[in-house]
Amino acid sequence: MKINVLVNGQKKIYDVLPDEYLLDTLRADHLYSIKRGCDNSSCGVCTVLFDGKPVQSCSMLSMKADGHSITTIEGHQDEAKRLSEHFGHQGADQCGYCNSSLALTVHAMKTEIEKPTEEDIKEYLVGNLCRCTGYEAQHRAIKLCLEEEDEK
Amino acid sequence: MEIVNYFKAQSVEEAYKKLIENPSNLIIGGGAWLRLSSKIVETAIDLEHVGLNKIVETDSSIEFDASVTLRELEKTEALKKLFGGIVNKGVNGIMGVALRNLATVGGSIFGKYSFSDFITPLLAMNTEVELYKAGRMKLEDFLKFKSKEKDILLKLIVQKEEGLGYYYKMKKTGLDFAVINVAVSLSNSKFKIVVGARPSLAAYALKAMEFINNQKQITKEIIEETVSIAVNELKFGTNSKASKEYRIELAKVYIRRGLNEVTNNEN
Repeated sequence: MKINVLVNGQKKIYDVLPDEYLLDTLRADHLYSIKRGCDNSSCGVCTVLFDGKPVQSCSMLSMKADGHSITTIEGHQDEAKRLSEHFGHQGADQCGYCNSSLALTVHAMKTEIEKPTEEDIKEYLVGNLCRCTGYEAQHRAIKLCLEEEDEK
Repeated sequence: MEIVNYFKAQSVEEAYKKLIENPSNLIIGGGAWLRLSSKIVETAIDLEHVGLNKIVETDSSIEFDASVTLRELEKTEALKKLFGGIVNKGVNGIMGVALRNLATVGGSIFGKYSFSDFITPLLAMNTEVELYKAGRMKLEDFLKFKSKEKDILLKLIVQKEEGLGYYYKMKKTGLDFAVINVAVSLSNSKFKIVVGARPSLAAYALKAMEFINNQKQITKEIIEETVSIAVNELKFGTNSKASKEYRIELAKVYIRRGLNEVTNNEN
């Protein structure tokens, strides 16, 4: 079945199976920033933005993306770079497997919540698991990145 | 879940016609829990284009169409004001934002999931559902409703009733399903006690509710007696998450806390 999707601003036509998940469709299109983790909506590493909102691509049928826009971290390079610098400085990085999904979720949070508090950040990112850092360094990095953007 | 065909309906009528064409045709909600099922579906019917995505607030109620996502529902300010925001609290604890952007009101209710953190607080309030064929009915009646005829859930209606509420989900880890969840409400001097994930579907503790609602004064002893009646009338079970005995002990604690909280907040 053919679906039309706007991926990172580019019109794409994918031929998908009725029970194919978006994660598989996008990775087959070489968008490897989207990772496969738990494959049952628990870990969040497969997060993409669906019409600007974060969704877990491992649990979303590709057919549901027909006529919609999908953004992956490839579509947010500059912003991701800024956040990754803070991650580096705060020691919030080890394996990096969860980073792209985390950066996309932070982007969505900024769009949805004006001036997110520390509590907002924790609550919004609860679905993005990281098995390396223990979250404290990540939260520090995100807060600093947000403060820096506010100053600009 | 294995899906052979996918159909995007343009109207509810068209979706219903397709639904009854084949016993293994199925309406797809948000699709968030599809991976939990091993069903083979002949045609999955998508309701995206049928226009069931509105939230309508009136003076007396808030109506959530079936395709409204749980994230959209939990952000509804008017809902946060009802019964201390117990529904928002329940929904807020379901996985992360990314999953709640997928899961829909229709899918979450129609699935009658026993682990639901959505149905338990809804039952403690005054809520109804509207079905395409069976029409409008109380949520508690829908949960017991067994019809041979297939149906489509159109909307959830939450009455704007004044009241106090308590909701607690006991879970082992942050994103886990509930070991047990409890909702207690007090409205117009009437208590409602709901226990879910027992591990079966949420249900009222009807005898306990009758007992406490017939009391002129709520004392510590009355609350203890209510807790005792509730855990004796409800059926609890064992699964991989917890034993029957452990669930009973947890239910005692959270029903007691709920009753205390709504009673103290009223005084």
